[in-house]
Amino acid sequence: MTLFTVLSGKTFTFSSIKDVLAKASEKKSGDILAGIAAASDLERVAAKVVLSRLTVRDLRENPVVPYEDDEVTRLNQDSLDMTVYQEISGWSIAQVREYILDYKTTEADIKRLGRGLTAETVAGVCKLMSNLDLIYAANKVRVMATCNTTIGRRGTLATRLQPNHSTDSVEGITASLFEGLSYGSGDALLGLNPVNDTVSSLTEVLKRFDEIKNRFEIPTQICVLGHITTQIEAVKRGAPTDLIFQSIAGSQKGNTAFGFSTDTVREALSLLKEKGTGKGENVLYFETGQGSELSSDAHYGADQVTMEARCYAFAREFHPFMVNTVVGFIGPEYLYDSKQVIRAGLEDHFMGKLSGVPMGCDCCYTNHMLADQNDIENLSLLLASAGVNYILGVPAGDDIMLNYQTNAYHDAAALREVLGLHPIWEFEKWLEKMGIMENGRLTAKAGDPTIFTQRR
Amino acid sequence: MLDEATIARIAEEVIRELTKYGVPAAEHTKQETGEDIDSPESKRETLLTNPQDGEALQKMKRATTARIGVGRCGPRLNTRTMLTLRADHAKARDAVFADVTPNFLEELGLFTVQTCCGDKNTYVTRPDLGRKLCPEAVETLEQKCRKRPDVQIFAADGLSSTAVEANLSRILPVLTDSLTDKGLTVGTPFYVRFGRVGVEDHVAEILGAKVVCVLLGERPGLATAESMSAYLVYNAHVGMPESKRTVVSNIHKNGLAAVEAGAYIADVIGKMLAQKASGVDLKKG
Repeated sequence: MTLFTVLSGKTFTFSSIKDVLAKASEKKSGDILAGIAAASDLERVAAKVVLSRLTVRDLRENPVVPYEDDEVTRLNQDSLDMTVYQEISGWSIAQVREYILDYKTTEADIKRLGRGLTAETVAGVCKLMSNLDLIYAANKVRVMATCNTTIGRRGTLATRLQPNHSTDSVEGITASLFEGLSYGSGDALLGLNPVNDTVSSLTEVLKRFDEIKNRFEIPTQICVLGHITTQIEAVKRGAPTDLIFQSIAGSQKGNTAFGFSTDTVREALSLLKEKGTGKGENVLYFETGQGSELSSDAHYGADQVTMEARCYAFAREFHPFMVNTVVGFIGPEYLYDSKQVIRAGLEDHFMGKLSGVPMGCDCCYTNHMLADQNDIENLSLLLASAGVNYILGVPAGDDIMLNYQTNAYHDAAALREVLGLHPIWEFEKWLEKMGIMENGRLTAKAGDPTIFTQRR
Repeated sequence: MLDEATIARIAEEVIRELTKYGVPAAEHTKQETGEDIDSPESKRETLLTNPQDGEALQKMKRATTARIGVGRCGPRLNTRTMLTLRADHAKARDAVFADVTPNFLEELGLFTVQTCCGDKNTYVTRPDLGRKLCPEAVETLEQKCRKRPDVQIFAADGLSSTAVEANLSRILPVLTDSLTDKGLTVGTPFYVRFGRVGVEDHVAEILGAKVVCVLLGERPGLATAESMSAYLVYNAHVGMPESKRTVVSNIHKNGLAAVEAGAYIADVIGKMLAQKASGVDLKKG
């Protein structure tokens, strides 16, 4: 294992694998804030050179958070497919990158490879990829998951319909929900971020979602994204839900800061098997985002891309229906501008797929970042061409509760048309039945939320 | 000459024709009068033409401030929806990145000191530096401010200079007067440029204030860029837990009005001094 190199006549030495990984990352304000980023562009490239020569074994044997201290590391290390790992442990990270991009390497090959990689290796490969590499490699792979419907089939682009309301008014939520459905949004999920994280508030909204889903026979999933413990309590008391949600971090300390452990996730899984309304095997929903570990001082001096990869290593152990990076929500201290947000979105999507989780992306930005609606439209187009499972949809891009902007309901329709993609199959059939979509396009009726308010 | 009934009929037909091609008649009026598309009245209008149930749509729009009933051109937003969204975002961005005008601060009799951030971009990316006053600022405070007051009030830009300009001149006099009426000593007020909430800990240490209170602009949403918060601490010091802070938030004209907020905050400060506590340690009631 060599931690130094000469580059352009200068010698660069790194103190550890963690240091190499941090300095090999594309420039991110969060890594600068953490004091671990490369000091110059040339040092960044030197770190990439050193990283490219390290082996899969080097990265596996040097997790950024010690095995003894952290259940995310333990889950990741203990579940590794040892047959695959033995075959590739001597490969350099450059070799792994080139194997993934090679014409001869198939989708099945990449999926098999992923089972033998720890999060640190997934992050390492990502740091050697350009943006188009990330898109090309991710596009080779589709990760499917099944709840009431199946997400992630090649040729589809789904959306989570997010009808948030500033006071959780059920009528206000329903209004935004109908608006979204009328644009063909909501095939991945009808999912609300609640203001009030209480059992009664969650239950009230879930009952409305369930009633609408059943009344209009909508082939989709429902969820209200309270804290995992609140959702568990609501389901125990009879609230109908297809999925249970939780934000996750790349270390046990980060997850503790989020107020849950692996036992909580296991409890949610077994509860849903018994009482959930979801029909398929995949019933969990996780959200991630670069920088969350640093914000709770749970990053152990590691960079935000590597910590993000560890989220996916954690997520894959629980076979979720959907995982998404809320990429631009965290603010400019972690992702400064549109360049960094777009890069992060592509990185997260690639790493999620290589880890074997069904990835979506909330292509979003806050008002104190150097980004605007144009930038996230760019990101959603890039990710849709990379084969992302889903993006978000909110009324005209403006989320009145979370105070940030993401994709408009309209966007999925435009992206699908531009790239020849379709909603989830059953959902498209439903849209056709409702007269909202025809031959892959919105009809004249589309965009009218009152088609759902007519007395039947 | 046409009679009135004929004119009305023709007008109706014209409107129907216009609506058929997806351009609401209201748009034409706006073009002529230069009407503000970002006004609350404009935002209440629905751009969706020919909904199946217009009454239901109005009811839905009353149930939420989300941008619904907006209609579309192909699979894209109508021009007006797109421009209104951009206008609201521009306001929010300006609130974050513009400075409070020096005249405004002078009129309130406030002098300005700066944190360790040299510019706005450093400020938004380095929260650690925005929590620390620069050496010159420390010196200025030591020279100009009353020491060991019961209460030290100051303002900071936070993430919205718009919020500071919209609320400060109303909240500051009420707050100061209410505290003086309670017989409390109030320190010399000032303004911190590039200031985060945590800078109050540094200020309290330098001046030895029992209670410190920063009035600061909150991160703007698209609905309002004018929201201010007050963060209050008893016996603040650098490195103390965040749970020691008491917050009064949502101070703006459609939330908690600035004058009301001033009186309310003075009462909270009274309680903090009586209980010698703040944040989670402060008993309610």
